[in-house]
Amino acid sequence: MKTVSRYTILIVDDSKLARMAVNKALNTLYPEWERLEAANAEEAVAAVKQAAPDVALLDFNMPGRDDLALAAQLREANPKMAVAVLSANRQQQIVDRTSAAGATFLAKPITEAALGQFLKAVVQDMESRP
Amino acid sequence: MSAALPIALDELELDALTELVNLGISQAAHSLAEMAREEVTLTVPQVRMVPRDEAIRIISEREHSKLVAVHQVFRGDITGRALLIFPEAQSFELVRAVVGGDMPIDEIIELEQEALAETGNIMLNGCLATIANHLQRSLTISLPEILHGESREFFDLEPPPPPGDLVMFIYINFALRHRNINGYIAMLLDMPSMTALKALLKAYIGRVAGDVLAG
Repeated sequence: MKTVSRYTILIVDDSKLARMAVNKALNTLYPEWERLEAANAEEAVAAVKQAAPDVALLDFNMPGRDDLALAAQLREANPKMAVAVLSANRQQQIVDRTSAAGATFLAKPITEAALGQFLKAVVQDMESRP
Repeated sequence: MSAALPIALDELELDALTELVNLGISQAAHSLAEMAREEVTLTVPQVRMVPRDEAIRIISEREHSKLVAVHQVFRGDITGRALLIFPEAQSFELVRAVVGGDMPIDEIIELEQEALAETGNIMLNGCLATIANHLQRSLTISLPEILHGESREFFDLEPPPPPGDLVMFIYINFALRHRNINGYIAMLLDMPSMTALKALLKAYIGRVAGDVLAG
């Protein structure tokens, strides 16, 4: 029997509706995972320091902060954490800078299929670690 | 303080509208970046619904020089006018940033009106089309027209607007080639359109949040 691993995921988005959309997808994909939510950069940093989530999803368009700088800061606080940056802005420069920051680019609005694919890769990576 | 609006969006409806505006503006940034062959940063610090008089007041208090606007009319379940507004002094900068690069100044001057209309068209269409698509409605959008003047004139275009008109007021920051340009997008909606928008946003929230909404 396959054991169900329970991971913790942090959803960072200033839009409540966007966080709800991710939650809806997670209800289907990984209902057993623990979820944390942050509505701004400060809450995100605090959540990472306190709860050390396994995965973080960051909205790119949050006001008042360079989101890729936030991605780098979160990874520094928790280097093992997988990070995806969600943006509707598919400019190549942004996709490139996202990868350079060690994060995965996911197009907004997020689809269940795209989120599922990203999380599947994250799970495989985590489970292959010694 | 804002006057009470005859039809107000609740917190989640305004959140949904802001998300849609952000999606639309990101789409526009993508198109402009292809035109400019350089990264374009377009951000939306705030979206508000205000009465028409307040929109006029906000702009005239913040902007003391003459303004330029790209104006388009949209029709469908939601009917209204869309305006991209910024200080006239910055319109040349905006055009230069978008088509700029290696183009000589005199050619840019010659192209200014055309490029301005095109830039405005990309931004307004990006917003309107994205909102309409996500709300599962279609809109017809007129060709862009360039207006010069003061904020009151932009909000009093013929035919005379009904007194209860509301304005979806969007602050825009535009950064390209080390230039930073601030402007506004204003969408004027009459009461029936506002009622339709509220209902469509409610349905959209239901689709996006689904079972999470009840919890």
